[in-house]
Amino acid sequence: MDTMRDRFAPVVSRLLDEDPRVAVVLAEIGADGFREALRRHPDRVINVGIREQLLIGAAAGLSLTGLRPVVHTFASFLVERPFEQVKLDLGHQDTGAVLVSAAASFDWPAGGFTHMAPGDVALLDTLDGWTVHVPGHPDEAETLLHHAIAAGDDKVYVRLSVQANRQGRLIDGRHFVTVREGRSGVVVAVGPVLDAVLAATEGLDVTVLYATTVRPFDAAGLRRATEAAGTDVVLVEPYLAGTSTAAVSEALSDVPHRVLGLGVGRRELRRYGTIEEHVAAHGLDAAALRERIGSFTGAGRVPAGR
Amino acid sequence: MTITADQSRTHGYDDLPRLMGLMTGDEKHGPAATSTLDVLWVLYDRVLRVAPERRDDPARDRFLLSKGHGPMAYYAVLAAKGFVPVGWLPDFGAYDSPLGHHPDRVLVPGAEIGSGSLGHGLPIAVGTALGLRAQGRPDPAVWVLIGDAELDEGSNHEAIAFAGPAGLDRLHTVVIDNSSASHARPGGIAARFEAAGWSAATVDGRDHEALHAAFTAPHPGRPHVVVARVEPKNA
Repeated sequence: MDTMRDRFAPVVSRLLDEDPRVAVVLAEIGADGFREALRRHPDRVINVGIREQLLIGAAAGLSLTGLRPVVHTFASFLVERPFEQVKLDLGHQDTGAVLVSAAASFDWPAGGFTHMAPGDVALLDTLDGWTVHVPGHPDEAETLLHHAIAAGDDKVYVRLSVQANRQGRLIDGRHFVTVREGRSGVVVAVGPVLDAVLAATEGLDVTVLYATTVRPFDAAGLRRATEAAGTDVVLVEPYLAGTSTAAVSEALSDVPHRVLGLGVGRRELRRYGTIEEHVAAHGLDAAALRERIGSFTGAGRVPAGR
Repeated sequence: MTITADQSRTHGYDDLPRLMGLMTGDEKHGPAATSTLDVLWVLYDRVLRVAPERRDDPARDRFLLSKGHGPMAYYAVLAAKGFVPVGWLPDFGAYDSPLGHHPDRVLVPGAEIGSGSLGHGLPIAVGTALGLRAQGRPDPAVWVLIGDAELDEGSNHEAIAFAGPAGLDRLHTVVIDNSSASHARPGGIAARFEAAGWSAATVDGRDHEALHAAFTAPHPGRPHVVVARVEPKNA
């Protein structure tokens, strides 16, 4: 299967042809994919070199003149390194951009921690007005890229990963999708963790919601799911564990509820190896998830007294 | 010098100290009290093709105040030119005043960017110049004002190093040099821009004719920097 990032340059190159507002801003990383687009649109495909503060600042300037900048590099260099530019040049200046990241959590484990940014979504959570898309399949990435670029002057983050589910699902860029229904808890699976969550919850009496857009958080969708499944909620996120715990608590603030936030641990592993090894090290493989979800919700246990 | 009308009266260069006094309560603001005053006046009076009624005109020139500290001279010039009502000035810094100690583009008519944190204006100006070029607008000039100590911020050097080779000839930078950087070498400011392929001029930042000549000097194919030297801040 191709990757989400394989779709990125072709999709945006087509949009460059179709929409004169679209501009691409790069900092070397990913520039090869836009070689043909650069030939056709030399003024709207901009590679600023390895200069990430300029990457975001220039995008803000493009937006101020009325263009729709699509900005791409690895998450570490897109969100973390120029974070104040993200906060001020886009937020405070009241401009918009589509930030498209790759390799956020541990897509390149052998590359080590310098190329990991599991805190990207949590960092954006400190800012106002960001839409955050976390596709779980290349087809979903295409859909969400279209949504993001068409979203006026909104501030939108699209988190591409080499980790993906086997099949794409029908998503609308706003709402959670109900994949499985149960009565003993709700599991919210974000993006590429869905396959592992479905395997982990096989035979458990839980509802599984699939989330590919996490900001704004589909509070109404979660509340609806809790009507039948109760208010024990497990979040499984492919980034920093607990990132959306506050969003769940806010959605359920008027009812008693419990939340378990699973995801990438804060502790630096200082390990290389493979994606599978890092999935397991963070307790995100199906067996570990089944244990953690089952013991939190009690959904796999035989109720006492029967 | 042109004189523009704001409500019932007109304002020229000689009114600027009084307008600044409305913000600070000090009646006797000489130009020396603010390093940017003369540069701002010459730009708004004789160089920039901007006007209150053209605030949203895509063909207007853009002036980005990157050095957002001490914006009284900027507000005074904006008031003198009719962008900002003079009546706003006495409330400078108040809770519900649009005029803060750092400008906010969302609140201040005519302000192209909000600033305060140093090193943001020049990268945004690069993007503005790129955006105008991409939309087939070769006419509007993009100006950004920074301070000599602000040049310490590395983000400026990302922008300087890019803009020269990219041939952004509609991009202009004014560096107000009041010798406030702790670590600097004589001539170092212009040299850094020139090394990146910019056209550069260094002039007396109080001499209106010299400033005007430097601001309007041709610089085909290259961005242009004017280093405006004024009295040392700590002299």
